[in-house]
Amino acid sequence: MSNTSLWIRTGLILAITLAGLYLVVGPRRVPTAADFTWEGIKNNLAENINLGLDLKGGSQLVMRVKTEEYLKRLTENNEVAALNAAKEAKDEAGNPLPATDASFVAEPGNYQVRLNVSDTSKNDAIVAAVNKKVDFTNWSQSTSGNSIVWTLPTQAQSRLKDQATEQAFKIIESRINAYGVKEPTLQRQGSSDSGLILLQMPGVDNPERVKTLVGSTSRLELMKIISPPNPSPVQTYPTREAALASIGGKESETRKVLPYVEREDATTQNATTKPPPRFVVVESPAVVDGSELRDAAALQGRGGASEYQITFQFKPAGAQKFGDWTGKNIGNYMAVVLNDEVKSAAYIRSQIFDSGEISGRFTKEQADDLALTLKSGALPAAIEYQEERTVGPSLGADSIRAGVSASIGGLVLVVLFMLVYYRGSGINAIVALVLNMILTMAALVSFGSTLTLPGIAGLILGIGMAVDSNVLIFERIREELRLGLTVPKAIDTGFDLAFITIIDTHITTIISSLILYVTGSGPIRGFAVTLILGLLINLFTAVFVSRTIFNWLLHRNPNMQKLSI
Amino acid sequence: MFDFFHNIHIDWLGRRKIFIFISVAIMLAGLVSTIGRELTPGGTDAFNMGVDFRGGTVVVAKFKGERPSEDQIRTALNQAGVGDPVIQASTDKADEVLIKIPLVENTAAPAADNPEGAVDQVAITQQVQAGRQTVKGALDTFGKEAEGEATLDSAPDATYKIVGTDSVGAVAGSKLRNQAVTATLLGCVGILLFIAFRYDWTYAAGAVIAVFHDVLMVLAFFSIFQWEVNLTVIAAILTIVGFSVNDSIVIFDRVRENLNLHRSKSLFDITNEAINQTLSRTIITAGLVLLSILALVVFGGEVLRSFSLALLVGVTLGTYSTVAIATPIAIWWQDKLGAAKFKDKTAKSPSGQKIASASRRSVTRRPATR
Repeated sequence: MSNTSLWIRTGLILAITLAGLYLVVGPRRVPTAADFTWEGIKNNLAENINLGLDLKGGSQLVMRVKTEEYLKRLTENNEVAALNAAKEAKDEAGNPLPATDASFVAEPGNYQVRLNVSDTSKNDAIVAAVNKKVDFTNWSQSTSGNSIVWTLPTQAQSRLKDQATEQAFKIIESRINAYGVKEPTLQRQGSSDSGLILLQMPGVDNPERVKTLVGSTSRLELMKIISPPNPSPVQTYPTREAALASIGGKESETRKVLPYVEREDATTQNATTKPPPRFVVVESPAVVDGSELRDAAALQGRGGASEYQITFQFKPAGAQKFGDWTGKNIGNYMAVVLNDEVKSAAYIRSQIFDSGEISGRFTKEQADDLALTLKSGALPAAIEYQEERTVGPSLGADSIRAGVSASIGGLVLVVLFMLVYYRGSGINAIVALVLNMILTMAALVSFGSTLTLPGIAGLILGIGMAVDSNVLIFERIREELRLGLTVPKAIDTGFDLAFITIIDTHITTIISSLILYVTGSGPIRGFAVTLILGLLINLFTAVFVSRTIFNWLLHRNPNMQKLSI
Repeated sequence: MFDFFHNIHIDWLGRRKIFIFISVAIMLAGLVSTIGRELTPGGTDAFNMGVDFRGGTVVVAKFKGERPSEDQIRTALNQAGVGDPVIQASTDKADEVLIKIPLVENTAAPAADNPEGAVDQVAITQQVQAGRQTVKGALDTFGKEAEGEATLDSAPDATYKIVGTDSVGAVAGSKLRNQAVTATLLGCVGILLFIAFRYDWTYAAGAVIAVFHDVLMVLAFFSIFQWEVNLTVIAAILTIVGFSVNDSIVIFDRVRENLNLHRSKSLFDITNEAINQTLSRTIITAGLVLLSILALVVFGGEVLRSFSLALLVGVTLGTYSTVAIATPIAIWWQDKLGAAKFKDKTAKSPSGQKIASASRRSVTRRPATR
């Protein structure tokens, strides 16, 4: 090999090594003298390498948006709306259209609205009337017997599920940010309609409050209570049955029975001391709901330090609707309904336009969280937790310490063996190995990848294959020497022949790792990424760098008779 | 020069029946273990599944000073209504204890407003909410927990602190497992195609069968010794697959090379020679990797136990299966295609024609160096 090309190779290796070293232990700012002390290097290292939650400590939640619930509610609402639209509409002659009643099917995978008609000849007019008022754009419409059927195609189901999850994702994001979790990670998981969301919170080791906050649906509705108007007290019933009896035994489209918990006492939180709920009958649908909210805030109530209430303001459209309605209902009772529970029942003294309050003796924490969830909007559907992992920082540190010390121990053994078995060439292998580790870490840093336990497994396999590459080359060189080749020829042939094997093993593993990366998630990906990076770098260190070192030896002593191998 | 493994002439392929007998025996033992355990009423399950897959809660609690005995903790948990807790005292730390409880039974009937009767879903949510609380309730009988930000040192009246929890609904775990299985199988298809492209279909088949062999054997060990199967085992199995294929290719590569050098020798002899030639590399690499893994087994701690044990078994078997499974299968199949005499190794094939026709393509690749 010519002198210049040897120098070019050496310069290239040195430049890459320095860049790699800087990426791993250098600061992301102008370096100062402190960065060259042992402490400084350790700090920079900790800052540069992104440790996963399993190593650093923190909480990880996997939640699922109950998208089927969302589709069910959509179907239900469309059914009511379709029937109303069909009944309100008139044909050209001004006669009511012959729609009799409606029903719906809502089970996973199958969502249908069925509108029954007494006379099928007017179907077109009915469909036109319904489509004017109800959003059936994603639905496919058909006729079967005496009914008009709207079905939600599977594709549209997936799309709507995806949308609902995306909406929930945004809401959760704003809640988490407002709550002030440090460096949270929020990601969609699985297929687009799986509804899975992953939340990672480093440093949080008791996620209970966050869980309640994230998961609360906080569906606010203002509804009319069916009750004799003021001054008689609001009409409540001691049991659900009694309430149902007053509306003819069962709930209907326009009448619902809701529990009314009078004045939750903040000082006595225990469930046992809570007064038993009473029940009220309310008019459905709600006058306005949480989607019309512009702002909400927690406010200290009249009762003193431990009593908080929530005030809210409406957006212009909601305020108009609310104003119109309260104007017409002065003297009547209105319920503030939160998640299907009546929080307070107030009588309407005068027309109210843009604001209201929820009183209920909340603690400061409860009121803050509630205001926050109201402001961020209601989740499109409830959330359930599928997985919760918390690693206390000490446990994470323990496992990383154990793993690191064991790996270093193993590496020391490997180094010792290489030195004893391959003598001079062992140094060559060790240089390549150390360089491999530095560059793999540098690659992880520059891709911003997170190092997790499976990632360390990938690292171990990568290092194992790096050692293997060296062994392959050395054994091959020894073999060629035994066959009687001269040292330069043996090194040349050894590298060339071993290279074929190395490239085959590496490509095979890279291919399978790429497939793991594409099809897998989370931990599997972490494994694949570190392994792929380690292998690509190994092609450079074990072959290119190692070869350059041998070339230097030959350069200094072209007629070398004996190689220390 | 240290050199232990050259000039070795072991007839590996001639001993293939012994190897295959050993493999089949271990696999049968694993099969007996899984089926036997599954069928024994009240006995252990086929696999000691961790919460990652079965669903449930693991709590790691650190006590101030001496921890209560395992029996005391078990009694406390039983009183809290947990039927079958697993309590593992940490071997390397005197004050920590690991408590595993299965999915909390949801005894309440499905709520009335849950018409789908989605009991599973309810159970998951309950588990993830309730697991930690249940254990905390039981442990509170020993004293207060240092809650929230407080540490054991900063809270003088606390006796313990929960330093880690894992709650997993059964669905999430099985999803991940299925995903890992699919990903690995697809990975194997990739390996199969690449080896077929670079070498031959028969080699690809041999390598992939060896991969399955290794994974099944590791699973057999996990069933027989009831080591816990958790997420880290998946990472370990991925590593084993990589290692096993790597090993096979090294030998295949040598076979391919030798085929071109000694066209007059039988495939059988060439293969034996290739195995013997690469034996030093095989032993050194496997030995070094095992050395590092042994360090992990001994010093890696409880969290990595399943991972390091799986690697230990897997790497050993991966090396063994290359010689005992991958190569014999590849050569046996080649032989079928080429109709050479497999049993009679002295029967020299007259020329390269005995090499299976399917492998012709690979014969053309030769390094230019010699």
